[in-house]
Amino acid sequence: MTIESGSTTQVTQQPDAAQERAGFDEISILWISEGMSCDGDTVSMTAAGQPAIEDVVLGLIPGLPKVNLYNKVLSPSLGGEDFLAPFRAAARGELTPFILVIEGSIPNQNIIEGGGYWTSFGNDLETGEPLTLNWWIDQLAPKAWAVVAAGTCATYGGIHAMAGNPTGSMGLADYLGWDFKSQGALPVVNVPGCPIQPENFMETLTWVLYHAAGSAPPPPLDHMLRPQWLFGKTVHEGCDRAAYYEQGDFAKDYNSPKCQVKVGCWGPVVNCNVPKRGWMGGLGGCPNVGGICIGCTMPGFPDAFMPFMDEPTGGSLSSVLIRPYGAFIRRMRGITSMAVNQEPKWRHNRPELTSGYDPYWRA
Amino acid sequence: MTATEARGAGRVPAQIVDMSWDPITRIIGNLGIYTKIDFANREVVECHSTSSLFRGYSVFMKGKDPRDAGFITSRICGICGDNHTTCSNYAQQMAYGIKPPPLAEHITNLGEAAEYMFDHTIFQDNLVFVDFCEAMVKATNPSVLARAENTPAPRAHLHGKRTIADIMRAFNPFEGDIYKQALKISRTTREMFCLMEGRHVHPSTLYPGGVGTMPQPTTFTDYLSRLINIIDFIKQAVALNDDVFDFFYQALPGYEEVGRRRTLLACWGAFQNPDACDYRYQTMNDWGQKMYVTPGIIVDGELVTNNLIDINLGLRILLGSSYYDDWAGQEPLVTHDPLGNPIDIRHPWNQTTVPVPQKRDFTGNYSWVMSPRWLNPQTGDHLALDTGGGPLARLWSTALNGLVDTPYVKATGHSVHITLPKGEKLPETTLEWTIPPWSNTIERDRARPYFIAYAAAMALHFLEQATTLVHAGDTHTFTDFTVPDEAIGCGFHEAVRGVLSHHLVIKDKKIANYHPYPPTPWNASPRDTYGTPGPYEDAVQGQPIFEENGPDDFKGVDIMRTVRSFDPCLPCGVHMYLGNGHTLTTTHTPTYGAS
Repeated sequence: MTIESGSTTQVTQQPDAAQERAGFDEISILWISEGMSCDGDTVSMTAAGQPAIEDVVLGLIPGLPKVNLYNKVLSPSLGGEDFLAPFRAAARGELTPFILVIEGSIPNQNIIEGGGYWTSFGNDLETGEPLTLNWWIDQLAPKAWAVVAAGTCATYGGIHAMAGNPTGSMGLADYLGWDFKSQGALPVVNVPGCPIQPENFMETLTWVLYHAAGSAPPPPLDHMLRPQWLFGKTVHEGCDRAAYYEQGDFAKDYNSPKCQVKVGCWGPVVNCNVPKRGWMGGLGGCPNVGGICIGCTMPGFPDAFMPFMDEPTGGSLSSVLIRPYGAFIRRMRGITSMAVNQEPKWRHNRPELTSGYDPYWRA
Repeated sequence: MTATEARGAGRVPAQIVDMSWDPITRIIGNLGIYTKIDFANREVVECHSTSSLFRGYSVFMKGKDPRDAGFITSRICGICGDNHTTCSNYAQQMAYGIKPPPLAEHITNLGEAAEYMFDHTIFQDNLVFVDFCEAMVKATNPSVLARAENTPAPRAHLHGKRTIADIMRAFNPFEGDIYKQALKISRTTREMFCLMEGRHVHPSTLYPGGVGTMPQPTTFTDYLSRLINIIDFIKQAVALNDDVFDFFYQALPGYEEVGRRRTLLACWGAFQNPDACDYRYQTMNDWGQKMYVTPGIIVDGELVTNNLIDINLGLRILLGSSYYDDWAGQEPLVTHDPLGNPIDIRHPWNQTTVPVPQKRDFTGNYSWVMSPRWLNPQTGDHLALDTGGGPLARLWSTALNGLVDTPYVKATGHSVHITLPKGEKLPETTLEWTIPPWSNTIERDRARPYFIAYAAAMALHFLEQATTLVHAGDTHTFTDFTVPDEAIGCGFHEAVRGVLSHHLVIKDKKIANYHPYPPTPWNASPRDTYGTPGPYEDAVQGQPIFEENGPDDFKGVDIMRTVRSFDPCLPCGVHMYLGNGHTLTTTHTPTYGAS
């Protein structure tokens, strides 16, 4: 893994001039959820209202190409070959352009001896044997105009790639190489989250579609290929409870509305916008509503954050240091608060005006 | 064991065609259905169900901190992850010897009720109903659609659709108004979920010991106002579904045989009653019967047991046709339960999962799903219980038990009364779900909107309980605990699509064993050690075919309706691939034909 490859920064520093390319009028989205996944990213995507998937598919968003979505869960087809037809056509090079969306971590087929498989997507028409996810990625990724990894499993391996896993699972960029470039000259576009925050994903997909239409530069990505505007800040920086941290006021258990760092919250170091954006339509989230941040958008998830319900290692020093400072600030604010929590003395119903009113006042 | 009995006379020489669907669409997970269809006699003669995904939760959880189990097991399923977290917390609470404050139970129940409303709505209206929509019926049974155009909808006064065909049109994917409305409703119900459990799919505020959800009055007001806004949609959904399903029985005589199997239903119960539940194994029977969905095993219409201890003791995990090594020769981790009852080596507490990837062989091993069965102590049979897609078993068990009695939901012994308050358009309404004559495809589907109503009604009850506590100033939501050196625990709950159990063994404060059993391994299991087919296989095998297309343009809609009626969800365990219908054998087969 070469996180310092820098290639992605170049993408953002030197965006394509939109005018140079006419863009596409129509594009297909081939969505494969047969990775090591729970299909939770597809389900989460249907929760987005900003924009909603049906608005994109029905052409209600101005300036986007016509979108043909092929996703197993939402497919109107009965399944089988009927559903697989566009995937087979794309593998033969007969369907372009398309955006390949991968959901789920990528297992290591190379550790299997013989004809077994960890996960498959349809069958080989010649032999009748299952076609592995890896076979499909090998066929489709080089032909895709863009490749999008939906969710932490597909981006960085996630839960199914945790220590002790039997499948050798990894993220898509680990599998394709971190310097991979799609036909549209984009690296893998990573939208982490376990699952994806619904609007984070639909907004990123919409930007990629504007880019496909030729009306926007490529989305700006950071060194881990995440959209910068979504993952550039930490949980803590958007958290309702962050002020408690600053005042050294920590929850001792989960009954408390105060800062949860001491009971397992990783918010200060996790790149994620959920406390600020909410989970869907501005509602819910993690530490802001009483859930510890377990780092589910991060490349180190889950191992680096376990056990989840203990204070983060390294967090104890900073929370000890902030204690005297926080206590002082809290006391000062207490004094100020007493002053501002009282009404000024001139508000009364005695038969006299003591507000300082002077009709002829001059400076 | 199977429901399939050879049909009688009037048979012609069989014309058997291999047909398979892999992957199956409009479900969550990787499921394949492989069939042999006799087109001459228009029935399915053989069915194999296969899951092509292995991830290994019970493998990689070993040695981890047990408190992490709920966070990890949520990731088993991308649609009912919260059911796993909840179930895991139930199992942990037993192991840690703790009981969450009552408000935490109400908040968990409210979250789970919102989950049932969300998941059943999106599954029924956006996934299942595409099989009954105008476009699909036109492609598979044009004569039925013609009849639907001329059949007035009996409940038009409730839902506003004049004919059955108008209802079918409203379900056309991405375009029909009910399809689109259902997507929106599934967002509202997910918002309700997020108010209680933080995030959907994988909740952020559930812990062993309770919840972290901030129990402010606003939390409950925001939930209630959304619930009241969708209450009329729920009443209309029941009416729309009843109209279409009643019409299918009329338009296609014999449709009750589609997906019909012996009544072998299992429900593990849902919605804890905090007044009764202390999470102790020893008293599990008592508090299990106080749950607001009553557990039960129903065989041929009879309630075999509603005792969670008996249910637990009878669990057996058989291998048969799945890609795993057996663990039978190993030392058992748990020899006796806390009451001293012996625990079998094939019980989840003693299971070891050893994956062996291999080629798919329908005469040997063909699935990543194992075969959970329940050993009936009365008969010695390993029963291939199914969940009826969830709602069928839940309503059936609750109705038959006759124990649930709340202001909004009452079980009568043969039915369940569900009362929903006045909405914007429709008055207060009491719905009655009555135990049907069959456990089949249409009744599995019909039970689903009724259970949405059930969940909504129970949510009103939980809201009243929760706000009473909050108004009285009791806002405790979490009980602290320490992880013992050694303990065992089990959790019984209902995932949206049916039975869910988690079995946990702790040694040296670490997970020594953890086996979650979601509904789909029960429903999608392959043939077990005794050759007994799993419920999908059994329900599809022997079912008649009503589709008007022949082998060349066959869509398999009746088979798909059956499989989807179980609400397949195989991240927790499963693919249909429609082959181009090449003729495998055309033969006089004594087994199938009456030559």
